[in-house]
Amino acid sequence: MTGFKQKFVDAAVQAGALALAVAFTSALLKAAGASPLETYRQLISGSVDSFAEFAYVLRGWVPLILATAGVLITFTAGLWNIGVEGQIMLGAVFTTWALRLLQGADLPPAVVLAAGIAAGMIGGALWAALAGALKTYGGVHEIFGGLGLNFVATAISLWLIFGPWKRPGIGSMSGTEPFPETLWMTELASGHVSPWALGLAVAGIGVVALLVRNTGFGLRLKAVGKNPCSSHRLGIPPARYMMWAFILCGLFAGAAGALQVTSVYHRLIPSISSGYGFLGLLVAMLAAYRALWAIPIALFFAAINVGSIQLPIMLQLDSSLSGVLQGALVLFVLMAEGARRRWMRSS
Amino acid sequence: MNVELRNIQKTFGPVRANDDISLTIPAGTIYGILGENGAGKSTLLKILSGYLRADSGALLLDGRPAVIRSPADGIRHGIGMLHQDPLDFPPMEAVDDFMVGRSGKFFPDRKRACAELGKLAGDFDFSVDPEARVDSLTVGERQQLEIVRLLAIGVRVLILDEPTTGISAGQKQKLFQALRQLSGQGMTIVFVTHKLRDVEELCGQVAVFRQGRLIGETARPFDEGALVRMMFDREFERPHRSRAALGETVLEVRDLSVEDRRLSVSGANLELKRGEIVGLAGMDGSGQELLLRACAGLIRPVGGRVCVSGRNLTRRPYREFLDAGVAYLPAARMEAGLVRGLTVTEHCVLAAGRNNFSIDWTGAERQALKRISDFDIRARPSSPVESLSGGNQQRVLLSLLKEDLRLILLEHPTRGLDIESSIYIWDQLKKRCQNGAGVLFMSSDIDELLQYSDRVVVFFSGRMSAPLDAAGLRAETIGQRIGGVGFE
Repeated sequence: MTGFKQKFVDAAVQAGALALAVAFTSALLKAAGASPLETYRQLISGSVDSFAEFAYVLRGWVPLILATAGVLITFTAGLWNIGVEGQIMLGAVFTTWALRLLQGADLPPAVVLAAGIAAGMIGGALWAALAGALKTYGGVHEIFGGLGLNFVATAISLWLIFGPWKRPGIGSMSGTEPFPETLWMTELASGHVSPWALGLAVAGIGVVALLVRNTGFGLRLKAVGKNPCSSHRLGIPPARYMMWAFILCGLFAGAAGALQVTSVYHRLIPSISSGYGFLGLLVAMLAAYRALWAIPIALFFAAINVGSIQLPIMLQLDSSLSGVLQGALVLFVLMAEGARRRWMRSS
Repeated sequence: MNVELRNIQKTFGPVRANDDISLTIPAGTIYGILGENGAGKSTLLKILSGYLRADSGALLLDGRPAVIRSPADGIRHGIGMLHQDPLDFPPMEAVDDFMVGRSGKFFPDRKRACAELGKLAGDFDFSVDPEARVDSLTVGERQQLEIVRLLAIGVRVLILDEPTTGISAGQKQKLFQALRQLSGQGMTIVFVTHKLRDVEELCGQVAVFRQGRLIGETARPFDEGALVRMMFDREFERPHRSRAALGETVLEVRDLSVEDRRLSVSGANLELKRGEIVGLAGMDGSGQELLLRACAGLIRPVGGRVCVSGRNLTRRPYREFLDAGVAYLPAARMEAGLVRGLTVTEHCVLAAGRNNFSIDWTGAERQALKRISDFDIRARPSSPVESLSGGNQQRVLLSLLKEDLRLILLEHPTRGLDIESSIYIWDQLKKRCQNGAGVLFMSSDIDELLQYSDRVVVFFSGRMSAPLDAAGLRAETIGQRIGGVGFE
């Protein structure tokens, strides 16, 4: 098959998967007694009708693309870093800790914020290194290790919110005492999204794109992911590279958590990761593990999330519909990919 | 049960694994199947037991045509196979393993199974503890468990694939005793082996296979010389060999002991000089790959010493072997050599070492093109390695070797390659020798061993012979030694 024809077939398969996902979700909506067209219209208008709404989308895009950037590294090394969720949480915890420590000190807010974000990245990296050590030295599969560590991370953040860091008076699900406004990252005019956070996110995905494609490190990571045995024989120690993949991923996840604290919630709240870690895994899969494709896909996912917020008000539909649509999309794309491979093999 | 195979054909791609095989195995005999690696013995028996399906041919059981589509079918017809690597359930207790695979009630009666296992084991003087976990048993005990399991589900034809590999002498005696007892009761026993002594001791009749064909059948008493000729004899012309000048010692192995789950090699001694080629002969799994891997630093020896160019590298990390100029080319090229999904260019970058932070893709592609033309690889720089033929994959692996190697270790350097590629690979290796490297390789191809080695070492069940000078060595002599002659 020629390259052009191949590309055409690939695109057609992807489009087909997209159509199937939409058809599937529409059928669900029909069954629930809602009009699919009206729902999609609401989804779209809820996310891009105004600049403020779009700023909300970008605000969701930042942690999502950072989490995606992280898991792209672990995917490259052949690892299912499902613990990315907990790594985001630990990032948020470390950032909160650093800000609490430094907020009383006589330091410029920019320095405190930078220190907070750095602490968050380190926290995420440490949590990821734990999953990595369990995998490479303890023989615990990263999915189980990550899953366990996610629970522990949730427990840690709850304990902090209701224990040592609780609000004066009584601890509550609304989180810790908010930081003074001097420690809020600056936001764009109409609010909701910080240009600094956006810049960090863009830089993050850019670094990963370069790292995976254009560095020797990235290529060795890829080799380890595809065949640890051959890599070892070629003189590339798989365990060390897997550890590095975890640590780098943790840095990005930690940054996502840090930004949730510094530019979105301005405090630590329970489940501050908001599922962005898991969603990041989906984005990476849907982007076929290509960093640049992840940018629009993450944007699309963030838009669906924001757009679905008004579904309960406008159409009496639950906002979890966004998750249904995202999940269906990933499943149908993966299924189409599987079907395409089978078909290629038999033809 | 009488088993009759008629005109069995089976090909794997271009390889004729079974070429028009017809055999009759009467009930109550112990029937030996003898042949070297790749002779087609295992293929035939996998067809008989339902693991593989023949391309054509027929099977008759007690004179009636039978069709066996799966191992379950095979067992329904009363045919059970004891595989070379026991196909049991390591994390289970022996009695649970024993109960697996029998049609039975929803709630199996564990107590009765325990008693049954104990009784059957007792009949044959086997020592299987029903409560022990399977992975705590020795290979011999696992084999015994598998045999009583097959008997308990009513097998009437018992196929054993190389059963005497990896078990102790005592266990072997018990096994043979049990097999004689069973054949006395009318059981049909098919015994696959490459060991001449086993055949002589146990079998009533034997069929010899070579390169997918049935060469001949003989009955007791066996003529050992005739068996060896049938196994190994072939038209063979030895071309002129040009030897490289030998230099100082590049590899020294002293009293080396290595082991894996199945086999142990102890007291291995070998010396290899620069410019020398030493071949390791033997059936697969006789210990030669253990020695090779220990010399490459891929497995840690239990005892003894490995020195490369005078440096003692025993139990040092693999990395230090690489730095000392050791290279290892595996037989499983796609599993343990190349990385599926990466291109030739990407492999060149990987092989270049670890000092490249950012990749110069144009330079790397130029590199790849140079290697492709230097090594006559039929591929483009952007070809994924898995799309290459075996010969071209081997060429890629060769092209990735560093310039100044001291020791090159190879498993089956030309397995699966066509003649042109084989000759090319060996030309390259000889060139390396002329430049001062030593080559140690294992092969199951006797022609290859004789043609390219300066000396040949034969392995049999974890023991190694003294090095034999390849000049004047006859294929038959190697064949006999592979079959275990001279190892008593």
